[in-house]
Amino acid sequence: MDALLLQLLNGLDKGGAYALIALGLTLVFGTLGVVNFAHGALFMMGAFCAVVFDRLLNVETVTIDETQTTPWGTPMEIREPYIQSLLGDFGAFLVDYSVPISIILAIPIMLIIGVIMERGLIRHFYSRPHADQILVTFGLAIVLQEIIKHFFGANPIPQAAPDVVNGSADIGAMLGLDGIIAYPWWRLIYFVFSLLCIAAVFAFLQFTTYGMVVRAGMRDRETVGLLGIDIEKRFTVVFGIAAVVAGLAGVMYTPILPPDYHMGMDFLVLSFVVVVVGGMGSLGGAVLAGFLLGILQSFASMTEVKSIFPGIDQIIIYLVAVLILLTLPRGLMGRRGVMED
Amino acid sequence: MSKLTLSRRRLLKAGAATGVALGAPLHFVKGAYAQDKMSCNMPTGSEVVLGFNVPQSGPYADEGADELRAYQMAVDILNGDSDADAISAFSGAGNLKGNGILGKKVTYVTGDTQTKSDAARASAQKMIEDGGAIMITGGSSSGVAIAVQSLCQERGVIFMAALTHSNDTTGKDKKRYGFRHFFNAYMSGEALGSVLAEEYGKERTAYHLTADYTWGWTQEESIKNATEKQGWQTAQAVRTPLGAGDFSQYITPVLNSGADVLVLNHYGKDMVNSLTQAVQFGLREKQVNGKDFQVVVPLFSELMAQGAGSAIKGILGTANWDWKLNNAGTKAFTQAFGKKYGQPPSQAAQTAFAQTILYADACERAGTFYAPEVIAALEGYEHDGLGNGPTLYRAEDHQCFKDVLVVQGKDDPKDKFDLLEIRKIVPRDEVTYDPSIFGGDLGPADAKQC
Repeated sequence: MDALLLQLLNGLDKGGAYALIALGLTLVFGTLGVVNFAHGALFMMGAFCAVVFDRLLNVETVTIDETQTTPWGTPMEIREPYIQSLLGDFGAFLVDYSVPISIILAIPIMLIIGVIMERGLIRHFYSRPHADQILVTFGLAIVLQEIIKHFFGANPIPQAAPDVVNGSADIGAMLGLDGIIAYPWWRLIYFVFSLLCIAAVFAFLQFTTYGMVVRAGMRDRETVGLLGIDIEKRFTVVFGIAAVVAGLAGVMYTPILPPDYHMGMDFLVLSFVVVVVGGMGSLGGAVLAGFLLGILQSFASMTEVKSIFPGIDQIIIYLVAVLILLTLPRGLMGRRGVMED
Repeated sequence: MSKLTLSRRRLLKAGAATGVALGAPLHFVKGAYAQDKMSCNMPTGSEVVLGFNVPQSGPYADEGADELRAYQMAVDILNGDSDADAISAFSGAGNLKGNGILGKKVTYVTGDTQTKSDAARASAQKMIEDGGAIMITGGSSSGVAIAVQSLCQERGVIFMAALTHSNDTTGKDKKRYGFRHFFNAYMSGEALGSVLAEEYGKERTAYHLTADYTWGWTQEESIKNATEKQGWQTAQAVRTPLGAGDFSQYITPVLNSGADVLVLNHYGKDMVNSLTQAVQFGLREKQVNGKDFQVVVPLFSELMAQGAGSAIKGILGTANWDWKLNNAGTKAFTQAFGKKYGQPPSQAAQTAFAQTILYADACERAGTFYAPEVIAALEGYEHDGLGNGPTLYRAEDHQCFKDVLVVQGKDDPKDKFDLLEIRKIVPRDEVTYDPSIFGGDLGPADAKQC
C-alpha cells in the first residue's frame, strides 16, 4: 500500500513536468502549426534563469590575503557573499528562496525569448513542411544548449529548495495511515505548481477575450483574419506564453534535477510522446496524457512489476503510445483534421 | 668485339667485395637495423604526434577539459617549454630531458569522444589515419575505453587509457596495446569493504542502484562481493538506464525494501541526480532495522561532487587520487597545475598527465618508438613519484597497482575544490588480485603498419 502510494505521488510530480512541457508544445502546434523541437531547450533555459538569479544573489567580493597562500603558492582569495553583507537577514532570505523568487525573473525573460524566437526564426517556417520545421527547431535547440554549455559548463549545477521545504513530508500522517510515508516537500509543491500553471493557461484561453480569439484562430485562422483581427500577433504572444510555461516548469524543477545544458533534450522526446498520445493540438489531451504516462512509468518501475516484465520501465511509455495510437489514431483527445493532410 | 670472361675466382672476389660494400655502412649508423622495425605511425621527421581523445562535448566535457589541461602541461614539460617541476619527484624523471621524446618534438591532435563508443572510435581512427598519432590517450567512460582499446589493438597503436573504472578494461577485454593507470571497481570494493564494515557495522543490508552498462555491472559485482565478505546482505540490485535523470521511481522502492544502506553504482550526472534525489527522499534521516540509513557512492568524482552540492556531505566512496595527498609527487604536480591554471587538478587530469609521462618515459627507456618494445618497457614497470606512491604496471593485465583512497564528503568544505576528505589510504597489497580472476587475453604485440 505504501509503495503504491509513493509511486502514485511519484507519477504525479513526474506527470506534472511532462504535462507542463507538453502543454506548451501542443499550444504552439495548435496555434501556429509548428512542430517545435526547441521546446525542451526552453525548459532548460527556464532552469538556467534560476541558476543566473542564484549566481546574482551569490556575487562575492574578492579580497587578496597576502598572508595566506593556496597549495600552489599564489596568494589566497577571500570571498564573501555581497548581498548578505549588504542586506543582512533579508539578503539571507533572498538567497534561501532564490528558486521560487527567480520565477519573477523567468517570466519576462522567457516571454522575450519566446517572442524573439517566433518573430526572428520560426515565422519564416510557417508555410514550410513539418520536416523543415523539425530540422530548424532542432538546430536551434542545439545552438541554445551549446551557448548554455559555453557559459555554465557541462556539469549539473545544484539548486537548493528553501530550507523550510528541503526535507520530506509525512504523507502517512497527513492521510491518517499507519507508519511514516516520507515524500519530498518540493515534489509535492511541484505537483501543485504544475496544476496551478495548467489551470492558469486554461483560464486564460477560456475566460478572456484574448483567449477566445486565440481559440477561434486555432479552429479557423482564415475566418478570424477576415474579421480584421491580426491573429498572427496574437499567436506570437501565444508562443511567448508557451515559452513562459516551459520556462517556469524548468525553474521549479531545478531543486529536483540539478540543471545542465542537456536537460531539455532529456524531456523533449517524452514530451512529444505525451503530445502525440494526448492528440496533436489538444491541450486537455496533453495534460491527461502527461499525468497518465508519468503514473504508468512510475508503476512500471516497481520491483514487483519488473520481476514479471523485466525492463518494462524502459518501454512502458512507448508501449502505451503504440497501443493508444492503434486503437485511437488521433490520440486520446485529438481533433479530426489535425496533421492528417 | 671483346669477349667478357668471368673466372670462378673473379666471381668470388666480386661477390665478397659487393657484400662488404653494401653491409659496412650499416655498422656505422646507430640503430640502423632497428629502423627495419617499423610500427604504426613511427615518426620519420623531427616531430612525434600524440592523440588526445577526450570528451569535449557531452556530459563529461568538464572532465575532458581538465584532461586536456593536463595533456598540454605534459607536452610542455616534455618539449622543455615549461620547467619540469611537476615531475621532479618522478623516479623516471632523469629519462625525460625536455627535448621531446627521443629528441623529437611532441605535437598532438585532439578528438572528441562525446562519451559515445562509436564517436570515440571514429575520432581515434581519424587521429591515427589523418593525424599520424603514434599513441592514443584519454576518455572518461569504460564503454569508450574498451571500444578505443580494441581499435588500437587492431591498428597497432598504444592506448594509454584515462578515466575508466570497469574491471573489464584490464579484465576480459584487456589488450596488449592497452594500458590503464586508473584503479578499477574491484579495487574500490576491496578498499571500501572494510571501511564500510568499520564505520557502519557488519550487520547491514544493502540495496544497489546500478548504471546499466559495463562499468556499473562490474562495480555492483565488486562492491557486493566485498561487502558480503564483511557479513553484509544484499536486498536487491536494480539496474537503471544510463542518463535516467529522475531516479525517484527507483528510489521509492528502497524505502520499503528493508535495506539500511543504498549503494549508488552511478557515475557523473547519474551520480549527481541519484544522490541528490536520495537525500531529498529523506533516506539519510531514516532509521531502518534500528540503524541510521546510509548512502554509499563507491566511485567519487570531484567535478561531479560539485554538482551534488551539500548532498555529498558524509558520503563514503573511493578515489584514484586527490590533490590533497601528502606526498612529493602530488605536491609537485598540484603546485605546477595550480600555478598554470589557477585551480587544483582533478583525478581525471592526474591520470591523463601520468599516462603521457609514462609513455614518454617508456619510449626513452626502450630507445625506440617501435610499439612492441615500448609495450615491453611498460610491462612490469615499477615507478614512483607521480602522486600515487609506488606503482606497478602489471605485465599480465596492464593494470596499474597502487594505493587506493577511501574518501568522504566534507561537512564543512572551504570551497568547491575542497569537497572530499581522505579517510584512509588503503595499501596497494590489499587491493592487488590474481589477474586470472577476470579472464581475458592480452593478445599479440605484433607491430602493424596502421
